Amino acid sequence: MAVLVIAEHDNASLNDATRAAVTAGKALGGDIHVLVAGKNAGPAAEAASKLDGVAKVLHAESDHLEKRLAEAMETLVLSIADGYDAILTPATTGGKNFMPRIAAKLDVAQISDITAVESADTFVRPIYAGNAMMTVKSSDAKKVITVRPTTFEKVGDGGSASVETIDAPAPAASSQFVGEELSKSDRPELASAKIVISGGRGMGNGENFAIIEKVADKLNAAVGASRAAVDAGFVPNDYQVGQTGKVVAPELYIAVGISGAIQHLAGMKDSKVIVAINKDEEAPIFSVADYGLVADLFTAVPELEAELGKVGY
Amino acid sequence: MKILVPVKRVVDYNVKVRVKPDQTGVDLANVKMSMNPFCEIAVEEAIRMKEKGVAEEIVAVSIGPAQAQETIRTALAMGADRGIHVTTDQTVEPLAVAKILAKVVEEESPELVILGKQAIDDDSNATGQMLAALLGWPQATFASEVEKDGDGFKVTREIDGGLQTIKVSSPAIITTDLRLNEPRYASLPNIMKAKRKPIDAKTPEDFGVDIAPRLEVLKVTEPPKREAGVKVESVAELVDKLKNEAGVI
Ligand SMILES: Cc1cc2nc3c(=O)[nH]c(=O)nc-3n(C[C@H](O)[C@H](O)[C@H](O)COP(=O)(O)OP(=O)(O)OC[C@H]3O[C@@H](n4cnc5c(N)ncnc54)[C@H](O)[C@@H]3O)c2cc1C
Repeated sequence: MAVLVIAEHDNASLNDATRAAVTAGKALGGDIHVLVAGKNAGPAAEAASKLDGVAKVLHAESDHLEKRLAEAMETLVLSIADGYDAILTPATTGGKNFMPRIAAKLDVAQISDITAVESADTFVRPIYAGNAMMTVKSSDAKKVITVRPTTFEKVGDGGSASVETIDAPAPAASSQFVGEELSKSDRPELASAKIVISGGRGMGNGENFAIIEKVADKLNAAVGASRAAVDAGFVPNDYQVGQTGKVVAPELYIAVGISGAIQHLAGMKDSKVIVAINKDEEAPIFSVADYGLVADLFTAVPELEAELGKVGY
Repeated sequence: MKILVPVKRVVDYNVKVRVKPDQTGVDLANVKMSMNPFCEIAVEEAIRMKEKGVAEEIVAVSIGPAQAQETIRTALAMGADRGIHVTTDQTVEPLAVAKILAKVVEEESPELVILGKQAIDDDSNATGQMLAALLGWPQATFASEVEKDGDGFKVTREIDGGLQTIKVSSPAIITTDLRLNEPRYASLPNIMKAKRKPIDAKTPEDFGVDIAPRLEVLKVTEPPKREAGVKVESVAELVDKLKNEAGVI
């Protein structure tokens, strides 16, 4: 058994989601290789070589791989796929984008967003916004899998794998990176933060998110949002938590002015502790909250900031 | 330009599905079904391109049981020109859907296929990308803005870190994200008109595609239940509980 994990990274550093995918790969058994595809991605390849339990790092460089365009990832991974029984990558927007191309060319079903490995051919994945969990057994010779990062432990460092450079073939079709507009923040990343505080439609507008940000700064938390808050333009799209946004599972999730639609719950109900602040005591969010506060958020959130101050934050 | 828009019939997004007691799947008896919301966004985008004069014809295609015809009618009522219904009562996995769509593309030669980024029933997020690979076409997934640009398309994509803009040559695959547009409701006259628009009936066999599933469903179970906790009376009590009871701050 040989397992290939395709790394999520930004060339300069490895994304934590890669560590979760390596853990899932380990559960399959066998040797684990990590593919780092990028441009000037030496630092990411080096970081991958230190991951615990990784036997080898494959490092490919090209212009098309700088942003890991799907057409370039397809031909690169296909050029080495013969050597592997399973290919995994985190279910980030990056992995979701390129992985199905690889599955289709290998003529195998992709097993999307797995939350557990039962055996080398049997996996659990959520369906219907996580309202049901499906256990599937794959009959394909090669398994192509995307991994939900929040449900697997993140492997630590401790390895010292060799790094082998491999060639990047020409992309399968023509696409070109034009530009990007990335949200800048000094706060922790939403997907891996220990504490997340999210605002919904109840916030009223984007400026009002300032009261949430103040609490976030005190707690070193990431800021998230419901779809309604993103659609209304209060905050950027990458804040969206939910079935069709980001899945988070922090130690503490604070939902402010969010009703608790199933699509939102899908993205946060695996959090360890959930707090809901909502003025409507019937709001469905309270049915999953460990601590519910029925209150107007415009008084409760500034109060929260002040109370945190009293206990040393 | 001709645009092909695949549409899927799924459980309505307002329905909270229930797992069957025998763990063979979810209970779909008497449950409201609708067009997958991301497919609606795809249909809307195609119609807007037609209204702008960028596209001439929109073909809606659905693979599924007899009732999937209603989903195609919805697309026709919104403004698609004609439909193709590939009838099957079997579960069709994304790979098989992509293979059938690849055959439809061969017959129809569209310059653009717009699909939803994911179906809200199986949440796979794979069909569009698979179709792109099978056709050897470029893809722009999770689109929040699409613009015809010379001989291709300029597409803004929603990614984990924010927004990314790429250019893809034509023909291409685009998959929709939530912010691309707000789909229209079909008007009554358009619903009436849609009844006379043609729908071609096909089967997977017509295309020579083997749709046998690759994934055997061993069981479908309820997710772990979360119990509602307590209501606190004040912010001070909340902070005290978070610190001294839950120990998370
Ligand atoms: C295809 C599809 C995909 C979707 N994907 C997602 C997703 O990934 N993530 C997601 O979040 N949603 C998603 N949705 C949307 C989802 O169905 C809900 O519409 C959305 O989550 C509602 O957001 P909200 O709770 O902020 O708004 P609302 O439901 O409008 O709730 C606002 C809440 O704020 C409270 N409130 C208002 N004012 C105050 C105040 N002053 N003080 C205290 N409380 C106040 C209200 O009582 C109410 O409970 C999706 C929908 C579809 C169709």
